[in-house]
Amino acid sequence: MNQKNNLIQIKGLRDGLLMTLGAGEWGELQELLFAQIDARSAFFRGAKLALDVGYQALRVAEISKLRDGLSEREVSLWAVVSESPKTVQTAQLLGLATRISKQRPTEKERPLVAGDDESALWLVRTLRSGTRIEHPGHVVVMGDVNPGAEIVAEGNVLIWGRLRGSVYVGAALRTEASQSSGAFVCALTMNPIRLQIASEIANPVKGKTSKKPQKVSFKNGKFHFEDWQGK
Amino acid sequence: MSEIITITSGKGGVGKTTAIASLGIALASRGQKVVCVDGDIGLRNLDVIMGLENRIVYDIVDVVEGRCRLRQAMIRDKRLPGLFLIPAAQTRDKMAVSPSDMMRLGDELRHEVDWVLIDSPAGIERGFKNAIAPADRVLVLTNPEISAVRDADRVIGILEAEEKGTPSLILNRVNPGMVKRQEMLSPDDVLDLLAIDLIGVVPEDQSVLIAANRGAPIALDKESRAGQAFHNIAARLMGEDIPFMDLEEKGGLWSRISKFAGRN
Repeated sequence: MNQKNNLIQIKGLRDGLLMTLGAGEWGELQELLFAQIDARSAFFRGAKLALDVGYQALRVAEISKLRDGLSEREVSLWAVVSESPKTVQTAQLLGLATRISKQRPTEKERPLVAGDDESALWLVRTLRSGTRIEHPGHVVVMGDVNPGAEIVAEGNVLIWGRLRGSVYVGAALRTEASQSSGAFVCALTMNPIRLQIASEIANPVKGKTSKKPQKVSFKNGKFHFEDWQGK
Repeated sequence: MSEIITITSGKGGVGKTTAIASLGIALASRGQKVVCVDGDIGLRNLDVIMGLENRIVYDIVDVVEGRCRLRQAMIRDKRLPGLFLIPAAQTRDKMAVSPSDMMRLGDELRHEVDWVLIDSPAGIERGFKNAIAPADRVLVLTNPEISAVRDADRVIGILEAEEKGTPSLILNRVNPGMVKRQEMLSPDDVLDLLAIDLIGVVPEDQSVLIAANRGAPIALDKESRAGQAFHNIAARLMGEDIPFMDLEEKGGLWSRISKFAGRN
């Protein structure tokens, strides 16, 4: 892996190209990436590109610069896959996909999430319309979730604010969900457009709007709305 | 110290172009040198609203592609000293200009004027990206309609993601009567959702449409409430602390006087 060209691997996917970047300094990697594309510009022109950046933690400015650089070369970036939660979050902010349909070769079986406290995603901001947060664990939002925003979590979702968008928890537990999941959603104001726990969709939720903080869970084939309070 | 301000909304038809024209006039009438830039390439309107459509020789694409100098494309508005328009091209599309072109243009304009006001097209695609690229400050404009507010929310999210800072809000076409009867979202409802700073509330006013059709933006008519609202926004942009207009009052001169007299 010492040779520079080995730092970037290219693979064809069903719906575009996947480039996997090795470890290295981001500025250099980006230069290398652009150089490779420029060298074979006819091959890359018009391509749909997914990028696997490994553990790189990228800021918004870096990804948007990358995207602009790629679009100047007529390559459209549609996904950024990463091990770094920071990068995943950034990519989602910019409206890029963070998962590709093909299983990543290095991916290990993910442990079932409930009880996996390490994997909570911490978001201190308002999630606005068009934002989609996907996370393989719990999600904590300090702020509102506005109409048009979506959270898809394999674990639970806690919202210290108003929930007016869509939330889907227990996403990994599609099968036999109703009995085992125990996934829940908490919000200071519970007024979601759509709320799904595992395979069950709470409907209608609107009438359940309450002034008090609420916790919604699904047990024994029924949705439970209860006041959200400390134990 | 010149400032580049972009007005955008996500949804179309909420009044961005009217707002740009009126803010341009309001700033120019305060002795500022202002250029209004139409970013809606292919669907240009700002020239019509400002009543300058007959005077276009060069447009923004000519400047970017080097067919004319910047000053040749700046049409002077004869009604006010210091007010200029750079029109959009009608026969091209948004791809004719890139965000970096807009940044270069913005930097050049900084040497010419105090304020650069950029009219963004509707949507969140290339034209929008072009319009926000050079902006120091973005104003998001919306109507008190749920669809417009949701689009505004989306746009604010994108602006935050692009590290453009949190924009300020102009709430346009508020009908105080309907708000009172709870038939329309109130400014508070909108602010509650969008959670950004308010810089202006413009009441619904039929004379806005009449003025736009005449090519004489509403801010030229200081009697109109909408025109006054834009003058207030201009003053706030210049750092003055102007209280928000009382939406309850009906707009007649008499009620305004009696209100004024009653309060003091």
